[in-house]
Amino acid sequence: MDNKTTHQKAWFFVLPVVVLVAFNAIIPLMTVVNYSVQETFGDNVFFWEGVKWFEDVLNSDRFHASLLRQLMFTGIILAIEVPLGVAIALTMPKKGPWVSVCLVFMAMPLLIPWNVVGAMWNIFALPDIGLLGHAINGMGIEYNFTRQPFAAWFTTVLMDVWHWTSLVVLLAYAGLRSIPEDYYQAAKIDGAKPWAVFLHIQLPKLKRVLTIAILLRFMDSFMIYTEPFVLTGGGPGNSTTFLSIDLVKVALGQFDLGPAAAMSLIYFLIVLLVCWVFYTLMMKNEDQ
Amino acid sequence: MSKITLKNLRHSYLSHPQRDEDWALKEMSVEWSDGGAYALLGPSGCGKTTLLNIISGLVTPTQGEVWFGDVEVSHLPADKRNIAQVFQFPVVYDTMTVFDNLAFPLRNRDVNETDIDWKVREIAAMLDLSETLMKRASGLTADGKQKISLGRGLVRSDVNAIMFDEPLTVIDPHLKWILRSKLKELHQQIGNTMIYVTHDQTEALTFADQVVVMQEGEVVQIGSPVELFERPQHTFVGHFIGSPGMNVLACELDQGQPVYGGATVETTGKVAVEDPTARLEIGIRPEFISFADDGIAVSVEKVSDAGRVNIVETRHGDDVIKLLVPDGGNVPSENAFLKFDPDHTQVYANDWMVS
Amino acid sequence: MKKISAVPIIYILFLMLPIYWLVNMSFKTTNEILGTFSLWPQEFTVANYVKIFTDPTWYTGYFNSLTYVGLNTVISVTVALPAAYAFSRFRFLGDKHLFFWLLTNRMAPPAVFALPFFQLYSAIELFDTPLAVALAHCLFNIPLAVWILEGFMSGVPKELDETAYVDGYPFWRFFIRIFLPTIAAGIGVACFFAFMFSWVELLLAKTLTSVAAKPIAATMTRTASTAGYELGLLAAAGTLTIIPGAFVIYFVRNYIAKGFALGRV
Repeated sequence: MDNKTTHQKAWFFVLPVVVLVAFNAIIPLMTVVNYSVQETFGDNVFFWEGVKWFEDVLNSDRFHASLLRQLMFTGIILAIEVPLGVAIALTMPKKGPWVSVCLVFMAMPLLIPWNVVGAMWNIFALPDIGLLGHAINGMGIEYNFTRQPFAAWFTTVLMDVWHWTSLVVLLAYAGLRSIPEDYYQAAKIDGAKPWAVFLHIQLPKLKRVLTIAILLRFMDSFMIYTEPFVLTGGGPGNSTTFLSIDLVKVALGQFDLGPAAAMSLIYFLIVLLVCWVFYTLMMKNEDQ
Repeated sequence: MSKITLKNLRHSYLSHPQRDEDWALKEMSVEWSDGGAYALLGPSGCGKTTLLNIISGLVTPTQGEVWFGDVEVSHLPADKRNIAQVFQFPVVYDTMTVFDNLAFPLRNRDVNETDIDWKVREIAAMLDLSETLMKRASGLTADGKQKISLGRGLVRSDVNAIMFDEPLTVIDPHLKWILRSKLKELHQQIGNTMIYVTHDQTEALTFADQVVVMQEGEVVQIGSPVELFERPQHTFVGHFIGSPGMNVLACELDQGQPVYGGATVETTGKVAVEDPTARLEIGIRPEFISFADDGIAVSVEKVSDAGRVNIVETRHGDDVIKLLVPDGGNVPSENAFLKFDPDHTQVYANDWMVS
Repeated sequence: MKKISAVPIIYILFLMLPIYWLVNMSFKTTNEILGTFSLWPQEFTVANYVKIFTDPTWYTGYFNSLTYVGLNTVISVTVALPAAYAFSRFRFLGDKHLFFWLLTNRMAPPAVFALPFFQLYSAIELFDTPLAVALAHCLFNIPLAVWILEGFMSGVPKELDETAYVDGYPFWRFFIRIFLPTIAAGIGVACFFAFMFSWVELLLAKTLTSVAAKPIAATMTRTASTAGYELGLLAAAGTLTIIPGAFVIYFVRNYIAKGFALGRV
């Protein structure tokens, strides 16, 4: 499928992109690497510290705690959003006027600024003035996400499911629409039951799309900052302080450049590693 | 196994069809005898796939009835009609082995495993798939996958008829020939009714005993390949079949005989034209025209080499008339006369044969 | 109308609930919100909206946000077009690695870049300008745009380029007059996603601005943290941010499925 011509002049085409992205990526990263191996007491005076910050971070309980919280959060929302998204996509109409209506409404949460998402859920879940908070407390369950860690987790997870499941739905829906009608007709003639149709026709064809969906949701949830920060501020206490929130606290709050930089690099590396594994698996599937 | 009958069938994909064009299938009644090998031939969009899907049950007809033997099945879903269908693009279950693919329809119908085993192996042997039974279906070539699709239809012992919807479209040319012969062989071995949709006349004429020619939702002619060639009932059949197709020339009628080029044209059959205002045409195949010393005056325009024959294009007035001259035969250089074989000259009124 | 399963309807209702609550609050006074609990405003008021439309600290927030988002979309898609063409049509030294490196930037946690960006953009004296945010967002929007456009461009057969070349079209004329219209849907999808990710991202937007180019997000959070929760105002401000998104989705609704179908979000 590769009928490209070899053309070194193509570099001129990609030059603007390379310049802009490199400017934003390489210079800051160099700064971060720089900070991660040095110590400063202000006045732009730096002392070489080697891997001290990395060791500190990797050994710090605080880092372990926020990493653990992050992994738990990402795990939970992946386990909910992916199956739920696929299930909803399966029930969506294939054609007709309802299709646009569904797609438009489902896409809406994706276009709301993330701080508004956080603020909206804040207002929505507050015990006295929020519809959800009021309703849950009205059922006799004590619920206050500003005070109870479990309630905070519940609300944060629910908010993320509300916010991002539509992405999975839209991706899965597009994947389902690309399956030719012949497959369903042949399955009908073969006498296949709906579950068999799902297992043998739909799921295999959705593999590529699902990989992308899982990858995106993993990445974005692992980096999540604004929504939970606006909703809970990381609390109560630090029960919902995920990795990004913790990092920003250290970097911009405390201005601990060294530890922040080391943490940043470790963070970035984790994301890259997982993504690389997924990307390789995805490419392997394509070749089959 | 039983006869398939279509009574007064008419179908539209629109919910409120108004005009003639809104109907994908115009009114038709057709009988398909038990065990026959049929081809549904016609250009794209003529309705052949619609007709096929109505017979197989994937589409419910707007009007009319479908009968299998003595049972009306018009509203019976496809999986209850004891038919199998092979589609244009190979449909295989990628995650399963070839064996499991073939076994799938039987497993869905709760057949026990021992029966499944020998049946699958029997069909696999027939289709030359025995070597690949344990391989994953996704790894096969296109023709292998189509064989699997076909096999899934053959494993079921309750299959009355097998439908083919342009199944050789994605197959390489040299394999097409092999598969076509295989299908013909299978038909002789098993004897199911087979209905084969195609827009390729070679496929239709070599596979089928009877060809159903369709155009714009209508069945234009049903007949054996020879009948279609020698006596096309409709100018469309004349055009479509044969390469090059039949010459169709506007003519007039004079005392019951067609007149063309100022002279009366002889025809063996009697001409019976009911509608005096009808548009009249003569149809004659290039195979049945020859150069003569007298007859219709033409100028020779072009000679193309087509292997064993040469296709000569001549012109009479505004009309282009093509004829075939065997290789090595004499072709006049500029002006000549043509003679039409009376046995094979037909007259058409409004495209339908009247002679 | 063809019947629709209940599941999508229930899901959509679930999605609309918090939005409805927000809109509900935006038409109440803060006193009413804190005082009584009701499903619709007892005393319907547009005072919150009036305040936003008349108070410069508020409406400039919207202008600023729309400015940097617009700038970013234009920059990202414009530079992505030739690059995507190169990836689609040419093989060159390091092309696969370059493409992969671009994608890794989409995977970069913004939090990692917060502090370095703050220092970088201050150093080049772009701090507190819409341009700073627009450029910063290029980090992940350009790779995204390149990825999407490359996908669409690969769907156009190379024969089109070759025909134009043989016909004697100068390259830029071919690119602008013939090629771009062919991938118009792709450009629409790329613009949509660039708009979307820039409009919603706020960590970097807040970090790189303070007063002059403050985005609406910063104004909103300031309101929330000062004593005296101006809830009604907050709700109105939030509701207004939903509107541009709703508009954009409505316009591209026919392309949403197509764009996602490429699986290239």
